[in-house]
Amino acid sequence: MAQDNLQVDPIQNARVTWEGCSVLLDINDSDRLVFARLTSGSKLKVGNKNCSLQPLIGCPFGSIFQVDNGKEGPYLSRIIPFTEDDIQEKGNIEMSGELKDNRAIVDDNKAQNLTGEDIDEMRRQGATGNEIVEALIANSATFEKKTLFSQEKYKLKKQKKYAPKVLLRRPFSRSICEAYFKKYPARIGFLRVDTLSLLLSMSNVAANSDVLVVDMVGGLLTGAVAERLGGRGYVCNTCFGDSPYPMDIVRIFNFSNEICRRIVRASLTDLSLCQNGTFQQIDQHQNARDMEILSNEQVSSSVSTEDLPLSSENGISELITDATLSPANKICKAPKAGEKASQETLKWWKENGFSSLIIVAPDVDPWNLVKDLLPLLAYSAPFAIYHQYLQPLATCMHNLQLGKIAINLQITEPWLREYQVLPSRTHPCMQMSGCGGYILSGTRIAAS
Amino acid sequence: MLPTDPEKRISFTRCIREGDLVIVYERHDCMKAVKVCKSSSLQNRFGVFKHSDWIGKPFGSKVFSNKGGFVYLLAPTPELWTLVLSHRTQILYIADISFVVTYLEIVPGCVVLESGTGSGSLTTSLARAVAPTGHVYTFDFHEQRAASAREDFERTGVSSIVTVDVRDIQGQGFPDEFAGLADSIFLDLPQPWLTIPSAAKMLKQDGVLCSFSPCIEQVQRSCESLLLNFTDIRTFEILLRTYEVRQWKTDCSRGNEGGLVGSLPHKRKQHPIEGSGEPDNQNSSSVMARPSGEARGHTGYLTFARLKCLS
Ligand SMILES: C[S@@+](CC[C@H](N)C(=O)[O-])C[C@H]1O[C@@H](n2cnc3c(N)ncnc32)[C@H](O)[C@@H]1O
Repeated sequence: MAQDNLQVDPIQNARVTWEGCSVLLDINDSDRLVFARLTSGSKLKVGNKNCSLQPLIGCPFGSIFQVDNGKEGPYLSRIIPFTEDDIQEKGNIEMSGELKDNRAIVDDNKAQNLTGEDIDEMRRQGATGNEIVEALIANSATFEKKTLFSQEKYKLKKQKKYAPKVLLRRPFSRSICEAYFKKYPARIGFLRVDTLSLLLSMSNVAANSDVLVVDMVGGLLTGAVAERLGGRGYVCNTCFGDSPYPMDIVRIFNFSNEICRRIVRASLTDLSLCQNGTFQQIDQHQNARDMEILSNEQVSSSVSTEDLPLSSENGISELITDATLSPANKICKAPKAGEKASQETLKWWKENGFSSLIIVAPDVDPWNLVKDLLPLLAYSAPFAIYHQYLQPLATCMHNLQLGKIAINLQITEPWLREYQVLPSRTHPCMQMSGCGGYILSGTRIAAS
Repeated sequence: MLPTDPEKRISFTRCIREGDLVIVYERHDCMKAVKVCKSSSLQNRFGVFKHSDWIGKPFGSKVFSNKGGFVYLLAPTPELWTLVLSHRTQILYIADISFVVTYLEIVPGCVVLESGTGSGSLTTSLARAVAPTGHVYTFDFHEQRAASAREDFERTGVSSIVTVDVRDIQGQGFPDEFAGLADSIFLDLPQPWLTIPSAAKMLKQDGVLCSFSPCIEQVQRSCESLLLNFTDIRTFEILLRTYEVRQWKTDCSRGNEGGLVGSLPHKRKQHPIEGSGEPDNQNSSSVMARPSGEARGHTGYLTFARLKCLS
């Protein structure tokens, strides 16, 4: 498309928060993950306390905050992470040849001499969370007997309860995808971050490309593509039928107006009015399949309305949008993304074709989508289709082979394993995601 | 290779021209990069292909040899380039590459530092991610490799976005002029821990570093040295399993006897394969997938870390 010369997008790559910016709050080492918009009025509930998010405005991403008790109640105060001494200490714990073991420890709940009332009293007197943790340790009959490793664990557990930490994170496709995958994987069709990364690479998404997407995962895919476009080129979110698929997740990204302007919608009907190079003839069962699309759509749209929007009812727990945090105080209006594609743009796509296609439609038979969408793709353009199940992709691949419309076809399944790396204690993490789904990738060829 | 130049971008009407780099595709595991030149030709097991026949055809076309054999001509992408580049070193492949780009939070406009350059497999994808306003500075201490990489970047059209320099990064660290300017850093070096203090100086606050190492001992040492200035230290291994798809013709007359290759017990009528959309009929067949026989079992560990935010 015609390109205007823009500067580096200052909002997208900002390193410091501002009033109205969207953030990811990681509470107690990802025990809780909350998306929030920072305004002077927005509040976050940590433990049983409501804290204003005002102190987070103007802080660098990566900052850590702790709940402190002030005269006007609890507030979030910035803490500077461990100094080098702490690291030394931590290293020592990890290195020291441990002599103790836990044979002498009896779990009878009598080890702690401080009562709940004692702690409340300390709080009333203005003790900080860390002071309470220290007191708990001092009053624990068993702490000294514990191994260094379990002492550390004990301390961490108490810290989480009495001195919770809030880490300020940038909402990027990496962190957004991981947060959803961790807390609500069904809402993003179990699309793991490595799988999402592969889709973006395999379909050659880059600034200035025109990317056609079917995004039935709440806008995660659309947002991830828009992030890579950086305000150049377009991501066109298409739908079958008239009602567009929700894309609320797009609002979690900090997109400038220019980036938002590059996120557009167009229905399949809009796109295929004067299609270039059809291959309808290979599909003799057009009518039967159209029926299937309808029924599939019903399935998926009912899923989306129930599951996808980050409603305020769910908001209290984990993933919250700005709506719940600052109902009355929307200083910075969420940017508008997803306008209908202009006639001019549609015409341009018809003449030139899209440069990439990505489909993430967990509940729809991919072949039903691909047979209509592939003709909209420029010759030699790559595509990538995600599905949770292997079989529909296998069938789709087979049909594409028969139709002679795409080559370089491959079905891949990513496998991701995380490791704990510690001195003498390195091993794969106990938890891993068993399935990141499957991808069918390929390249469209010219009609011969 | 990058769609930055609208003149070069692929489209229904964009035809192959003199001087274009094309990927000649025989099979998904057999491709070759060729620069189009009117007077030359390509010879392979399918015969002789004259470049002059290619000019004026759209990318993605099937073209024929003197003997009637055919290949496809594709527009280059970083993924295809990784499959055809000349291996002067071990290289990174798509699974690691795609994960690195996302995890390093690279977007257009970013400044990325890389060492070593090696064969430039990763560099090409980094260039795509930062284009058109960002830049990749990549360093290798091997002069010849740096020179070949430079030529490759010229050929693939990413040279305006990539600068290759010769430098011993483990010995000297990254150049001071980049202090505090890098959004992300990638290391594929034998002793990455030697470079980590320098990397910490180069990164912007909250910037992300990735170190790729084949051996766990390297990871162990890197992680120890990361503790000082970094947080959110995480190590991953990522692999891709590919699947073969084939159709099993199920012959109705043979009933459940099938033990021959290519035929499976016929259960199709009762259990149509979900999502296949294929109608049941006399010559019904089913499409099945299984993991390919040979797969890459290990490439390396990817360790990511974020610069601690101290100010
Ligand atoms: C495995 S290769 C990198 C491959 C690259 N990631 C790719 O995808 O093509 C490692 C490179 O590091 C370079 N290298 C090794 N030690 C180095 C040092 N001290 N300074 C700079 N480069 C170094 C080597 O010359 C080699 O080219």
